[in-house]
Amino acid sequence: MSQEQDGAQASVDESALQQAGDADVALETGAQVPPEQQEPNRWNEALRQIMGGSVVISILAVVLALIVGAILIAVTDPGVQQAAGYFFSRPSDTFEAIWNVVSGAYTSLFQGSIYNFGRPTFASGIRPFMDTLTYATPLIVAGLGVGLGFRTGMFNIGGQGQMLIAAAFCGWVGWSFDLPPVIHLVVAVAAGVVGGALWAGIAGVLKARTGAHEVIVTIMLNWIAFYLISYLLRTPGALQAHGSNNPKSPAILPNAILPQILGPQYQLHFGFIIAIAATIFVWWLLERSSLGFKFRAVGENPHAARVAGISVNSAIIWSMVIGGGLVGLAGVDQVLGTTTGGFGSAIDAGIGFDAITVALLGRSRPLGTFIAGVLFGAFKAGGFLMQAANSIPIDIVLVVQSLIVLFIAAPPLVRAIFRLPKPGPRPPRKQKPATPAPVAEEVAAR
Amino acid sequence: MTTTAEHTVPDATPIVLEKTVVRSRKTPITLSVVAVLSIVLFVIFRRGGDTTFTFAGGRVAPSLPQVVLPTTLTCVILTVVLVLMAAASWWILARRTKVPLWYSSVFAFLFVVAFLTWAAGANSRPLPITSLLLGAVSLSVPYIFGALGGVLSERSGVVNIAIEGQLLAGAFLAAMVASMTGSMWLGLVAALVAGVLVSFILAAFAIKYYVDQVIVGVVINVLVLGLTNFLYSQVLAKDPEFLNNPPLLPAIPIPGLSAIPVIGPVLFDQSIIVYLMYIAVVAVYVGLFHTRWGLRLRSVGEHPQAADTVGINVTGTRFWNVSLAGAIVGLGGAYFTLGSVGSFSEDMTGGQGYIALAAVIFGRWDPVRATLAALLFGFASNLQYTLAAVGSPVPSEFLLMLPYVVTILAVAGFVGYVRGPAASGKPYIKS
Amino acid sequence: MKLELRGITKRFGSLTANDHISLTVEPGEIHCILGENGAGKSTLMNVLYGLLEADEGEILLDDVEQRFDGPGDAMKAGIGMVHQHFMLIPVFTVAENVMLGHESTGFAGFLNQNQARARVRDISSRFGFDVDPDALIEDLPVGVQQRVEIIKALSRDAKVLVFDEPTAVLTPQETDELMSIMKQLRDAGTAIVFITHKLREVREVADRITVMRLGKVVGEASPSASNAELASLMVGRSVELTVQKQPAKPGEPALTVKGLTVVDPIGQLVVNNVDFEVHAGEVLAIAGVQGNGQTELTEAILGLQPRVKGSIALDGKELTGLNVRKVLDAGVGFIPEDRNEDGLVAEFSIAENLMLDRADGAPFAKGGSLQLRFRNTFATEKVREFDVRAQSIDTPVGTLSGGNQQKVVLARELSRELRLLVAAQPTRGLDVGSIEFVHKRVIEARDSGIPVVVVSTELDEVDALADRIAVMYRGGIVGIVPGGTDRETLGIMMAGEQPETPAPQGDPRGEAA
Repeated sequence: MSQEQDGAQASVDESALQQAGDADVALETGAQVPPEQQEPNRWNEALRQIMGGSVVISILAVVLALIVGAILIAVTDPGVQQAAGYFFSRPSDTFEAIWNVVSGAYTSLFQGSIYNFGRPTFASGIRPFMDTLTYATPLIVAGLGVGLGFRTGMFNIGGQGQMLIAAAFCGWVGWSFDLPPVIHLVVAVAAGVVGGALWAGIAGVLKARTGAHEVIVTIMLNWIAFYLISYLLRTPGALQAHGSNNPKSPAILPNAILPQILGPQYQLHFGFIIAIAATIFVWWLLERSSLGFKFRAVGENPHAARVAGISVNSAIIWSMVIGGGLVGLAGVDQVLGTTTGGFGSAIDAGIGFDAITVALLGRSRPLGTFIAGVLFGAFKAGGFLMQAANSIPIDIVLVVQSLIVLFIAAPPLVRAIFRLPKPGPRPPRKQKPATPAPVAEEVAAR
Repeated sequence: MTTTAEHTVPDATPIVLEKTVVRSRKTPITLSVVAVLSIVLFVIFRRGGDTTFTFAGGRVAPSLPQVVLPTTLTCVILTVVLVLMAAASWWILARRTKVPLWYSSVFAFLFVVAFLTWAAGANSRPLPITSLLLGAVSLSVPYIFGALGGVLSERSGVVNIAIEGQLLAGAFLAAMVASMTGSMWLGLVAALVAGVLVSFILAAFAIKYYVDQVIVGVVINVLVLGLTNFLYSQVLAKDPEFLNNPPLLPAIPIPGLSAIPVIGPVLFDQSIIVYLMYIAVVAVYVGLFHTRWGLRLRSVGEHPQAADTVGINVTGTRFWNVSLAGAIVGLGGAYFTLGSVGSFSEDMTGGQGYIALAAVIFGRWDPVRATLAALLFGFASNLQYTLAAVGSPVPSEFLLMLPYVVTILAVAGFVGYVRGPAASGKPYIKS
Repeated sequence: MKLELRGITKRFGSLTANDHISLTVEPGEIHCILGENGAGKSTLMNVLYGLLEADEGEILLDDVEQRFDGPGDAMKAGIGMVHQHFMLIPVFTVAENVMLGHESTGFAGFLNQNQARARVRDISSRFGFDVDPDALIEDLPVGVQQRVEIIKALSRDAKVLVFDEPTAVLTPQETDELMSIMKQLRDAGTAIVFITHKLREVREVADRITVMRLGKVVGEASPSASNAELASLMVGRSVELTVQKQPAKPGEPALTVKGLTVVDPIGQLVVNNVDFEVHAGEVLAIAGVQGNGQTELTEAILGLQPRVKGSIALDGKELTGLNVRKVLDAGVGFIPEDRNEDGLVAEFSIAENLMLDRADGAPFAKGGSLQLRFRNTFATEKVREFDVRAQSIDTPVGTLSGGNQQKVVLARELSRELRLLVAAQPTRGLDVGSIEFVHKRVIEARDSGIPVVVVSTELDEVDALADRIAVMYRGGIVGIVPGGTDRETLGIMMAGEQPETPAPQGDPRGEAA
């Protein structure tokens, strides 16, 4: 009997002690942590490093990428190669050649994208910047759409497909109906948004209902959209221009074309105003709306969101639908703004993929995405002049863009290159990851 | 103590909580849907006339006589069989928990035969089976190399979206080096190196800097596309004779085997790179499941911490296997320039890396299944060329879409149960 | 083999997890390291196993100094470890798991599976384990998986075997079996290090006991030491947990659960045909060893479990089949077991977390737009009311201490119009002050006439809060007894048995009769 009491006594002490011990833990670390994670966790530290990137890192990433671009330009330049052939007899020639080609390229990049000092008037000198904004327009809206997905924990790689479907929808409205001004434009834009939203919605619904990973689904939907649109573009009675044998759509009717906002001398069209409005809208949605609150909750911690009565599935679906609608706007910009004479199956012009890099560079924040969109728009605009004036292939822009994203994603690398100190233990809250951490979790799909 | 012990051990039976048996109805549903589709296509939209199949020989193999079938009758008979098989699959399900794989395979084969008969019916030109299959194998080569690389990489815990970039890099460097040196062998080696270099970027950012692997993969694809386009216009296009004129790999018939009708010319009268592919498939399969290397590779992809605690270097294992995967994919890239086209052109892989990715998933991260999936996708791609040539009504785009549609169905769980390596996509950070 | 640790010191930043730890383990002895969570036991073992590098000190095996760069070195030296979270690969077979890392291979690295199987069978038969070498780990029950871990260590000829909190995941019966395995291993000459915080286990198997607290060795004891001695060594101070409370004044039955059954994703009946009632103004504590269905039961009430049969009625309104939103709207407050995972969004501010479950509609949102001014006023008020210590209401909750985090959860849940409060492990990992605060609030909720369900594995907490106690075992309720029932009876019930004298079926108002 005494033994029995003894046993019972033991269990009493045990539980008492357990709590007391836990109290010690809490006192030590200030937070509840399972015992095996008591040691400061390197995972957290690494995450903090990755997420602790800042504006400085973003700027340095751009600089670094431009330097790598410069090296590429220099190395492949025939003049430089020639001068390097006698490097040891006259090294200055090599450096001069490098300076010439690199400065020439980047001067063109600047003059083609910001301001051309060679022009007599300010109005014509600023034209490159207007081109920049024109190129930036679809990048901004598509970047906003992709970024919205990121904030909800969704990785939308389907920009290409969403743009193509949006292009088909708005194009079809744009040439098939004869509606009064304004109304025609509004209906066509809306059709495009719906198209993009529907196509992205497929991925959202599949993710929510079956757990199919959105990365895989959106990649596959890109190709399905591509072949679908290719088929429709070469099929008379579908999207093919009447009486044409080319896989190309009819031209958009004038009433459905996005008007040029600064007059005919600049290409900049009304889509840019829509992009500004979209930026404000997304900011409001994420920071000030009840729906956006739910998106962010699901993106940061879907478990807690679910327990708090937020439907994770509907957040996933709606964020994909709204994001897809925004990406669809990029398709609208292309069809109703820049390529109004009819489009082919390459109308997306890689913007769907650029949007990912834009959203990453902008850290999925509306303003950041806007700025990143303008930057990449500048690369595009300047790239064309660089190609024309210095015969440097515009593809260098792709290289620079992708390098920027790689560097941004790996701040430790940038810090190591520039020998910057590590960030403090607690990064300010604003510096957050551009992408959701849980995405990778089930990339392999289920 | 003893009395307490008696109380705390109430019964000796281990916990067996009640379990419910889950019968998957997905296979019968899929078969039934296909059967309905068959009725619609082959019976309602039936086509008259005859369908002619030819079985041309190769350089060594003899031709087989052509087969002429009445289109409507053949299609109707096959449709009846398909419908019966679909109905029987429900019966099989009721008696067992699963419809066996061979059953689905036979069903799929019959459907393909019916489809070919229908598509090439109504007295169109004869359908050349040998060239259909030969083309399918040729188109599959990069898919298979890509899929094998994808399987290796993902099994070791690194998601490989960068297959596309690795293929493109392999194609580029193989063309350039083979053209400059005039040696196909050096070209192949260059392709390996190019794939490995791309893998290094993936590995460095994914493993060392813990960057999201999907992001790295997507960005690498853009990077390689930009880089090869840039170098192509800036360097290759300026002296194509010297820089972009690689020798084509010759076909080497294997004595004996190449004389088998149909199969001989399709499988055994190919270039060295195709034979390397056969070896790669077998080696990856055997290596993955029967060697120490494979056991360790899979362990770091499933549960890196467990691997670490038994003394396996997780980071190193991942790094080198991702590199190896890159080498294999790079070899597939060489097929574009040294095996089929003969020179490099911009974006010449045209998204085939994504088909390889689809094959990895559809093949459930298994090298043999992934290879079969890649062959299926290659068959679908080539079928559209062949059908266009015989004047079939099927729009080629729908056949080209097939791999992607099938993959979406697979990840959505309609076609089998897909479970990837548990730690794939997750960086391993030692605590 | 004799293991000796001399002056092991390990620091993490300002925290010294191990402060000059020295101890010796002789062959053929079970050496218990006793200490609370956070005492530094696991850190010490990770140093021993080569997973962490010590800042100071040395490890000696048979008086030879060792240097471990990784677990591989430790294993080669003869140290084996049975991890708290099993280091087994679920999709591998037993044989594959056992051979991983030291595979026997033939030509070109081909695996010799037969040899591995034979090895598993050999070790299994030596210790009377019944383990099929070709079974997949994921198909095996937890107890058997642990045996695979032991086989894994033994197959490497481990002479020193470390068991890191091995009983946390085991049922009492499996625990007893493990104890006998450990004795068997000891008798075969293995040196065993047994890490635990459970006194009963220590007293049952230990030959020697080292007690750790706050990273230091605070004493050695022999197994004959009394519980009181061990306990005072472990804690270093006495802790009393009492809640000032009046006797409950239970009203009508408010929550009625009938025939509730929950099936988990792999088809197991985790909650099996459970019936109980909770009256307005009483606390029903659900006691039991962790993992006996308590978590799933609370999740079923909240609508988080997809496969639920039976009835859960709150004030006559059926809750089963409703989604979480509707259950919350029906007036259920929920304090989840794992607040970091399920209760809070770490990156969100305090203010945002306080409105997490009320993002829809007034007063926090109007016309789809958040009412920031209202939110901030609300948050400021609640932070004061619940004494949340933070710089501002915009501080991310991830940076708060556990106690303050739990206060945020509590503030959120208690500030709604509640008709039922469900609190799962509400004080897990909290400091004493916070525990008292949480308990006080729970009792206040009860006294305001809300029915309260508290799930706790801590008998002290059950004792402090419960008006009635339901004990769960393997998904079922063993019995419902009045609050204040002695621990011995509860212990018996937690092992699944009815106490000898049938406890009164605790009608809360039965006391009057």
